[in-house]
Amino acid sequence: MKRKTVWKKLVGLTAACCLLTGLLTGCGASDAGSAAGDNGEVIVYNWGEYIDPDTLEMFESETGIRVIYDEFETNEIMYPKVEAGASQYDVICPSDYMIQKMIDNDLLQELDFDNLPNAKANIGAQYWEQSEQFDPGNRYSVPYCWGTVGILYNKTMVDEPVDSWSILWNEKYADNILMQDSVRDAFMVALKLNGCSMNSMDPDELAAARDLLIEQKPLVQAYVIDQVRDKMIGNEAALGVIYSGEAIYTQRENPDLEYVIPKEGTNVWIDSWVIPKNAPNPENAEKFIDFMCRPDIALLNFEYITYSTPNDAARELIEDEDIRNSSIAFPDLSQYENLETFTYLGEEGDGLYNEMWKEVKSR
Amino acid sequence: MRKKMSKKPESPRISYFNQTAMTAPYLFWAVAFIIIPLLMILYYGLTDKSGAFTLVNVAAIATAEHAKALWLALGLSLVSTVLCLLLAYPLALILARRQVSQQSFLVLIFILPMWMNFLLRTMAWQTLLEKTGVINAVLSFLHLPALNLINTPGAIILGMVYNFLPFMILPLYNSLTKIDPSVVNAAYDLGANGTQTFCRVIFPLSIPGVISGITMVFVPALTTFVISNLLGGSKILLIGNVIDQEFTQAGNWHLGSGLSIVLMAFILVNMVLTGIFDKNGEGTAL
Repeated sequence: MKRKTVWKKLVGLTAACCLLTGLLTGCGASDAGSAAGDNGEVIVYNWGEYIDPDTLEMFESETGIRVIYDEFETNEIMYPKVEAGASQYDVICPSDYMIQKMIDNDLLQELDFDNLPNAKANIGAQYWEQSEQFDPGNRYSVPYCWGTVGILYNKTMVDEPVDSWSILWNEKYADNILMQDSVRDAFMVALKLNGCSMNSMDPDELAAARDLLIEQKPLVQAYVIDQVRDKMIGNEAALGVIYSGEAIYTQRENPDLEYVIPKEGTNVWIDSWVIPKNAPNPENAEKFIDFMCRPDIALLNFEYITYSTPNDAARELIEDEDIRNSSIAFPDLSQYENLETFTYLGEEGDGLYNEMWKEVKSR
Repeated sequence: MRKKMSKKPESPRISYFNQTAMTAPYLFWAVAFIIIPLLMILYYGLTDKSGAFTLVNVAAIATAEHAKALWLALGLSLVSTVLCLLLAYPLALILARRQVSQQSFLVLIFILPMWMNFLLRTMAWQTLLEKTGVINAVLSFLHLPALNLINTPGAIILGMVYNFLPFMILPLYNSLTKIDPSVVNAAYDLGANGTQTFCRVIFPLSIPGVISGITMVFVPALTTFVISNLLGGSKILLIGNVIDQEFTQAGNWHLGSGLSIVLMAFILVNMVLTGIFDKNGEGTAL
């Protein structure tokens, strides 16, 4: 008898607990509209420091989809992880040539643009057109950021006008030059200076570019990637090869810096959202991409990361006129010649470039 | 009030079954994180993209770029090891001769920096050595000409010595404290002077520490790619950088693994030498 009452009490207590927690969580959910996680999750794989974290929270509270966020440093690090399927992602943000490689190797799924009204409405026509170079028919990718590669220089340290890649070979600036420590970017500079395509597969052209880079090596202070930004801000070097998105940030920190697109032409790149074939939550992925294309969200991201947005509606919302019409963030590309976008060169091409790059670096 | 007697815990008897059960986590660890990765490196290193057996990846060490990177790495790590030894030996001697109460505190001072992340400490050297860095700022304040310190082989050696010095001090200190003072006293009693005592008694008795110190500095210095990247400005390609780039940039895991096998051979030679000189494993215990 006694035992039974204890049991009864226990049941009663458990029931009360359940009710209470139910109530509490219920309240919580009604507070936030819908709690994150109620509607599943979306696993995002993006470049480091490439999004305003507030927009992720806004997405979570508006849709109830929990965001699991992961970052990569280079396209080359991202690719094997996705290819091996070791970790599954719903949304990834690779660059142009890598998207082409992923399409070629059947790693991406086609997007349903009926679910992406914001993308259709807000992304400028010219960016869709440019995407055709690596994503024919615009079937797999939605542009997120774009930009150019150019020379960032310190006006107090450089006397002559900077308008050509050739200044990076000027012995006056020995030990004051920062080059990009990545194969394609470094070869782009040398190939463009030689008047070649930066997607060249001609062994002679590549050998000439390699020799040019070897010739330049004694003048180079360091081969770096992200550190170009900090070193230029700190007056550590006079000239550096840099992505345009970083240029605006560096100018804010150090007004002596100026960014130019060299006359020989350069790389115009696009980073776009894609959904891999093995994505566990493709519907949520589309919701995420569309959310990121909303003008207010794209504006938040632009202001946070300072990389040019292809979102025309967001650009209209930029209050600072200097930024809205900045020739760094939104250059008029028609006035430059020989602008190109990287294309995937196949395994053979990658091998050729890597081999030559190693010859430069080991010198 | 009656004092409560605290029960003494019975000393646990470990049965044979328990013993094997207790080694299980270590076995699992060794298999999962040592043996399987090693086998994977061997597999990748000895196959090509189609999975067929090949020695091309290992033989690739003979190409001009790879051989140069290997020799450079061997040279720089050798110089760093010698410098570490020269710096650490007197220090370890001083430490070992202190009173026990002081010893532990002084040893702590040398271990303390190791509690900070290795990457952070190397990046701190970057700020010190830079053109506009701390050292050059001090020099220009004193109206002395600026020095070109960073992105040179010297900067890499400095980084190696700085980072790996504790690994040399500790085994040396360990083997020096183990020397019975009466042996040293006996040498003096028998008429040996300071130099003779050091050369014929103290140094030979500290050989195990010297050898394991050399291993513990030489191996990480030979394989490093972080130090050469951060302090060498990626201009100086060591074998560690080549392997790193094959994995992260070029995506050629086969070549990266093949070169790793070559590097492992050098490390194995080093280990074998250690084994010959340090049979009792005296110096290896920290």
